[in-house]
Amino acid sequence: MTWETVIGIETHAQLSTASKIFSGAATQFGAAPNAQACAVDIALPGVLPVLNRGAVERAVRFGLAVGGPEVINRRSVFARKNYFYPDLPKGYQISQFELPVVTGGAISFLTRDGEKTVRLTRAHLEEDAGKSLHEDFHGMSGIDLNRAGTPLLEIVTEPDMRSAEEAVAYAKALHALLRWIGICDGNMQEGSFRCDANVSVRRPGAPLGTRREIKNLNSFRFLQEAIEYEVRWQIDTLRDGGSIRQATVLFDPDRGETRMMRTKEDAHDYRYFPDPDLLPLAISAETIEQIRSELPELPQAKRERYLRDHQLSAYDAGVLTSSREVADFYEDVAESLGGGYKLAASWISGELFGALKRAGLEISQSPLGSRQLAGLLQQIQGNAISGKTAKDVFDAMWNGEGEAAAIIAAKGLTQISDAGELERVIDGVLAANPKSVEEYRAGKEKAFNALVGQAMKATKGKGNPARINEILKKKLAT
Amino acid sequence: MFNASLKQLSAALAQKQLSSVELTQLCLDRIARLDPGINAFLTIDAEKSLAQARAADAQIAAGNAQPLTGIPVAHKDIFCAKGWRTTCGSKMLANFVSPYDAHVVEKLNAAGAVILGKTNMDEFAMGSSTETCYFGPVKNPWDRARVPGGSSGGSAAAVAARMAPAAIGTDTGGSIRQPAALSGICGLKPTYGVVSRYGMIAFASSLDQGGPMAGSAEDLAIMLNAMAGFDARDSTSLERPAEDYARALDVSPAADRARPLAGLRIGVPREYFGAGLSADVAAAVETALAQFEKLGARRVAISLPNSALSVPAYYVIAPAEASSNLSRFDGVRYGYRAAEYGDLADMYCKSRAQGFGAEVKRRILIGTYVLSHGYYDAYYLKAQKIRRLIAQDFADAYKQCDLIMGPTSPSVAFALGAKAADPVQMYLIDIYTVAANLAGLPAMSIPCGFGEGGMPVGLQLAGNFFAEARMLQAAHQYQLATDWHLRRPAGME
Repeated sequence: MTWETVIGIETHAQLSTASKIFSGAATQFGAAPNAQACAVDIALPGVLPVLNRGAVERAVRFGLAVGGPEVINRRSVFARKNYFYPDLPKGYQISQFELPVVTGGAISFLTRDGEKTVRLTRAHLEEDAGKSLHEDFHGMSGIDLNRAGTPLLEIVTEPDMRSAEEAVAYAKALHALLRWIGICDGNMQEGSFRCDANVSVRRPGAPLGTRREIKNLNSFRFLQEAIEYEVRWQIDTLRDGGSIRQATVLFDPDRGETRMMRTKEDAHDYRYFPDPDLLPLAISAETIEQIRSELPELPQAKRERYLRDHQLSAYDAGVLTSSREVADFYEDVAESLGGGYKLAASWISGELFGALKRAGLEISQSPLGSRQLAGLLQQIQGNAISGKTAKDVFDAMWNGEGEAAAIIAAKGLTQISDAGELERVIDGVLAANPKSVEEYRAGKEKAFNALVGQAMKATKGKGNPARINEILKKKLAT
Repeated sequence: MFNASLKQLSAALAQKQLSSVELTQLCLDRIARLDPGINAFLTIDAEKSLAQARAADAQIAAGNAQPLTGIPVAHKDIFCAKGWRTTCGSKMLANFVSPYDAHVVEKLNAAGAVILGKTNMDEFAMGSSTETCYFGPVKNPWDRARVPGGSSGGSAAAVAARMAPAAIGTDTGGSIRQPAALSGICGLKPTYGVVSRYGMIAFASSLDQGGPMAGSAEDLAIMLNAMAGFDARDSTSLERPAEDYARALDVSPAADRARPLAGLRIGVPREYFGAGLSADVAAAVETALAQFEKLGARRVAISLPNSALSVPAYYVIAPAEASSNLSRFDGVRYGYRAAEYGDLADMYCKSRAQGFGAEVKRRILIGTYVLSHGYYDAYYLKAQKIRRLIAQDFADAYKQCDLIMGPTSPSVAFALGAKAADPVQMYLIDIYTVAANLAGLPAMSIPCGFGEGGMPVGLQLAGNFFAEARMLQAAHQYQLATDWHLRRPAGME
């Protein structure tokens, strides 16, 4: 009997505003402890929160990207989540509870098995807490409130994922989307994108099993490993006749294990109620329309356009829309080529990505810009060089030897397409290889390739392969 | 000088009959002499006050005087003032020195007023007698065996004993109006959102509103002009054009001088004159209503059918908000921390157990309970529904009348300790005042006579949203025709 894994993900994405969600303090990462905590962040007596418009705008952008205007609630409510913790200065977190800013929506992405869609339950705005520092304080704890009040968008999915791979693919697609629409820098080391995974297992067709929530996974690898471990653990437990208790667990990356943090029984009663210091958040149709008009073309729309209008393969359309930088790069190159979509796509997804991957670089760090790559591909388009030669030129460009045209000229790599010159070469090849000619005429196709190879060799690889083919066929036919 | 109105004091300053430094020093001397028997002030800082007075004198000399320039004003110790100890009447904040100014404090400073000192109050404004403060109770200047009302009892007593020409207070369920009534002075709670709450230590955010306490309606108008105004730091602050609250004090010259309030419809709610109202208070209020009729106003019998639900609804909503608002007092960043504790939970428990008084703890417990899982709908949500019904009562009433009048408090000031052991009796004192807070409406109290033991009686005037100027006009015209507001407690010279 098999088991089915069911996963839902909650993601805390830090919104890329310059100041905090309810105060004017800066949100920049890495400042000296408490250097970015103002009176509101410290929760001095008498201070009040004021909502940051930039955070709302980013939440709206998200709603538009995952579902359009209809998933954005025109009225949402901030609520207080009450609990005591030293890095929670007010003794409550301002969040959204019953009425979040976004309800519904979905994220689609490509997996090995084709397109997958994960439904979103909701997305809500809230503030982050500060940090407790437990080292170097001689048995006491330090509190750093720089992060307190940082704007977060918590994005909650339906339990729509069925494997760790799918969960990671969703997280990557979400991560890319947030960066695409410019609302989150996606820096996972700095905690800008953190996932909680709700994991359960069941027999196919059975009702949902009891879930355990793995908290605070801040890398795709940990997300994958934690879910895989958790699934194995749950299946083993059930197989051994045990049962799963609803619980919150932490993943220990060093041991590759999840371990219990608290069970449902010790869950807090957060005593949510609407925050009387903040009015309900009203978002007008005009605001939504304004933000919509400024939204860039979204990855899915681009992917569909590349498939339909550029005739790209599903693979190329997928990788070229993996980030806005890649898509922009591709569109720049294709435009310089006057619409050489497939040529641009295959070179970017093949040669360029291969080189970047080997060097461990992002596209934004590529030694070859879109203009330079376009310069190389123009040489192919104009038949100045063959595709094979172009790869050598690419390597030279990668190594900083200059622009394509200059390298081709300096190394004498210009392709020979002149019919007269090629005919002379081919006549020589035919004369020198009577055996191959005979074999070809006897019906051996392979012999033709040998003759092409000889012709290429005679031109030191600079012969235009298409023209050589053409002339050879003509001559052999006579 | 101590009986002068703000207008008279301002004129005296302008004409150099006295300086702000002299006036401030006179007040400080009077406080030094009288306050040991009253306990209205928690913090006095003569140097700071006199420095402000000197700056005010310079402004006056430069011809830049505004109506409050150089006038000493007592601040309820709930308003954060930069460099001043700001305790909120609690051990929890006994050593808290505010690093910033509340919006109201900024505005009064900008208006040239002098901070005369910080006044005593019920701890975190939770009380109706100024007995729950950590620093000892305030005594009523009319009879030191009695309470001054609360929670702004220190501000009320300071004005009643003329230690301060004017004061500021806050009103969550009657905390300006009730002590004004019990101490024989005037106090006004504005429409919710007119005065910024920024820097006012929160008790119940959806009900709290700062306002002036002074000797006359005219003085209240002058004070409110300086206190009101939009503040972007308070999301519930109302963005509307500045208003001159004194503009309507004097009726138009065309009006009938004998009947200046002709056309004013005064709603008298039947529910405010039933069981629980002391006869002496009822009689004084009745006389005042007759006086208003003499001034031309017409009396309209109205009903506020949900009045009886206002105290129960209030004592769910206010504690609920307070239980959350007071969570920040955890001993971690500022304020009181227990000297000895085990782990983190123990530090919280001991610091809060030792730092808060009994009434504050009672309300935190009530508030925590009504917000708890499984009780939220039955208490908090139900109370919010009642709140809407109460607001609707007023909306209906103001179709029939312009102002509503009645008693501010069911009885005159009671003896110290008389109700301290019975919280429910104490809560019922707020029966006539809490509804205005629940509905967000403006209301005020002015002296209208004396009752049992020669103690002052307060008349409450309430209005529709933004009816402050109308209320102040009616009160001012009443005060032109009567002298209750000019009476002073004995033994205060």
